[in-house]
Amino acid sequence: MNLDWALGRLTLDALPQELVTQGGAVLMILSGLAVVAALFYFKRWRWLWRWLTSLDAKKIGVMYVVVAVIMMLRGLADALMIRAQQALAAGDSTGLFSSDTVQQVFSAHGTIMIFFVAMGLMFGLINLVLPLMLGARDVAFPFVNSVSFWLFAVGMVLANVSLVLGGFSPGGWLGYPPLTEMAYNPGPGVDYWIWALQIAGVGSLLSGINFLVTILKKRAPGMTLMKMPLFAWSILVTTLLIIFAFPILTATLGMLSLDRLMDMHFFTSDGGGNPMMYINLIWAWGHPEVYILVLPAFGIFSEVVATFSRKKLFGYGTMVWALFGITFLSFIVWLHHFFTMGAGANVNAFFGITTMIIAIPTGVKIFNWIFTMYRGRVRFSVPMLWFMAFVITFTIGGVSGVLMSVPAIDFQVHNSLFLVAHFHNVIIGGVIFGFFAGLNYWFPKVFGFTLHEGLGKLSVYAWIVGFMVAFLPLYALGLMGVTRRLDHYTDPGGWQVLFIVAGVGVLIIALGAGLQILQLIVSIWQRKKRRDTTGDPWDGRTLEWSVPSPAPFYNFAITPKVTERDAFWEQKEAIKRHEKQEKPKYQSIMLPKNSSIGLIVGGFAFCIGFGLIWHMWWLVALGLVGVIVCVIVRCSNDTVEYELSATELEKFDKQYRRQHA
Amino acid sequence: MSQAERAAEAEQTQTKYLGFWIYLMTDCILFASVFATYIVLRENTFGGPGGGELFDMPFVLIQTLLLLTSSFVCGLALLAARARKKAAVIGWLIATFIFGAAFLVLELSEFIKLIGEGHGWQASAFLSSFFTLVGLHGAHIAVGLLWLVVIVWQIMRLGFTAGTTRRLTLFSLFWHFLDVIWICIFTIVYLMGVL
Repeated sequence: MNLDWALGRLTLDALPQELVTQGGAVLMILSGLAVVAALFYFKRWRWLWRWLTSLDAKKIGVMYVVVAVIMMLRGLADALMIRAQQALAAGDSTGLFSSDTVQQVFSAHGTIMIFFVAMGLMFGLINLVLPLMLGARDVAFPFVNSVSFWLFAVGMVLANVSLVLGGFSPGGWLGYPPLTEMAYNPGPGVDYWIWALQIAGVGSLLSGINFLVTILKKRAPGMTLMKMPLFAWSILVTTLLIIFAFPILTATLGMLSLDRLMDMHFFTSDGGGNPMMYINLIWAWGHPEVYILVLPAFGIFSEVVATFSRKKLFGYGTMVWALFGITFLSFIVWLHHFFTMGAGANVNAFFGITTMIIAIPTGVKIFNWIFTMYRGRVRFSVPMLWFMAFVITFTIGGVSGVLMSVPAIDFQVHNSLFLVAHFHNVIIGGVIFGFFAGLNYWFPKVFGFTLHEGLGKLSVYAWIVGFMVAFLPLYALGLMGVTRRLDHYTDPGGWQVLFIVAGVGVLIIALGAGLQILQLIVSIWQRKKRRDTTGDPWDGRTLEWSVPSPAPFYNFAITPKVTERDAFWEQKEAIKRHEKQEKPKYQSIMLPKNSSIGLIVGGFAFCIGFGLIWHMWWLVALGLVGVIVCVIVRCSNDTVEYELSATELEKFDKQYRRQHA
Repeated sequence: MSQAERAAEAEQTQTKYLGFWIYLMTDCILFASVFATYIVLRENTFGGPGGGELFDMPFVLIQTLLLLTSSFVCGLALLAARARKKAAVIGWLIATFIFGAAFLVLELSEFIKLIGEGHGWQASAFLSSFFTLVGLHGAHIAVGLLWLVVIVWQIMRLGFTAGTTRRLTLFSLFWHFLDVIWICIFTIVYLMGVL
């Protein structure tokens, strides 16, 4: 029987052929089955369904973080494989894996770490704290928020399904053509990469719009823009970056896909195509993307440093202007990713100089944080340790970046491990350390108990030591001429030793990650003892600490009124001065009902992506029709909210406060 | 309807307008990326004919007039909605649909003609970017037409509720936006192509 019409180009050959990929696939399927079995055993399906269909930003935030943490373990496993291969594959030894597998692992590591770890943690943290910080009950569009999450989740699933069926793209995390064109890469790997990113990217774009409107429209009365916490400012500029940058990614991936699916000639090496157009477009998105990741981390540090120094943030106004400076500049530096294109000295000089200028607002921020600590009563809790680890690593990374902004130097180290060391220095040292600080800082607000301090501190030390051991050798290797993504090399002397050192470094990082998991387990174990009964475990400054921990589903029973920056700190000061407090007056509020449509849209988006990857056109059509029907159904329903009356709310709120105090 | 519900609804309408405007700007950047690619690739005809030999300007002018008329009629529908004249709104919306659909039919017939003459999107980078840019606009028009059908159906069923008037206003923003994009296509693709 001929099933080509149904299965497209999917055949049994798509199953993993190599031992390592087979092992990965089996492990993934087994862990999936274990989760399903646990859900049956503990009879938690209904509980799970309420989570998956929730439109509460805090629950969506938790789901983002859970996905991102699982993906971080996958990305870390990829990193261990890369390091093992490069430590061994010198001279006559071919290492552990075939070169095709190694290339796929490189692409998967980069793609997963950026799109499904860093972006996931970012959207997770925004969902968890942004509405609370603004004194808002929810985001502007709770339903769109759920759709965004499910598109993100579907992108993640597609990237991982490739492990079981067909393999991933060997084309690097940015998939440069013409290598990723049909002529050189006819398999499904590149299509997995395209559609995982495309679907997750649409989700990110919707999130960007959602959070920008949330900031512009949902702030508590009295909270003018210049009275917002700096985290909210950092999200405002981040969403602007998302709004300007992500459509470019959508267009670029779309055109690459048209080349592959419809035989077009945008970026092919024949037919008049121009691969450099792709490189320009992808970096016109890619460079702002770097700041999309790091600016929220800057925002987190602004909150952490002020809170743990018990001082208001130094230089609030300059912090805001620095954010805008970085935002603007991030759009006029993209060419520094390919000075070697041959654009000419003047063009390279322009982009070199704009790149150097970014160091100024970034430096302003670093100094402002340090000045905030100056003469503060600093507590060296875990978030603060992450901050100090960040200052060191991020500064080293920033300096190596400025070095590479000189085109003449860049010509020497372009695409070498020097570059790889540089961007890990800023992304791990900036983004990931920032998000870890945020997770430790806001954890009690979300779950109602604090994380174990000792284990948290140990994990910081393991990460920073591991980081230095893993990445400083890469700078040296880069200067010795080692290019990126090598699956094998003939050692001219001294390379292999440094690769082995770097491998030990990743093991230490893995130890740090292990300590974090242990920290989580121990904290859950001791959750009764570690309960946060005050709602304000760190003596916080911003509104999220004014509600009980964990935050109730309606966030604020009574909408707070804001008169100053650091609104909650001011409230506490006013109470200390025995100023008369207004008696709380409850009013009825509207809350979004749960909706399963976001989840269903995600399912249909999976059909579209999977169908396009395997050329199952009926599945694509089904997915498209499904999405359209979902949108129409949702738009035909105008009763998507329910009312919680003032008396119900008062009763509920008083009870909640008793339970959590 | 309680006071809380009414207040929430009024606030929501404003929020949704802002959100939709921002979405339109993202769409604008999506088009800008494809426009930029078209401008870079339009000389890359790979030995085949360029825009000057392929485009039929009177035909494109008719297309343009159809789309602009559709947009004008959509404006009339909005005015009628403000006056709460249900029959007039539905009439104008149907007219909007007819003009929009006629535009799309002409666009498709242009595509079919080009493909029939051997100038399909596989022929050169120029034609790939031409079909993608104009086709992307056409796809938006098709989505708009579907949206229009749903709105007419909702207004016939529910009349003028906060939800239906809001969606009608958002649709008209979308429709006018596609006009603006078309003007850019008319200028950059067609006019500059034949000059």
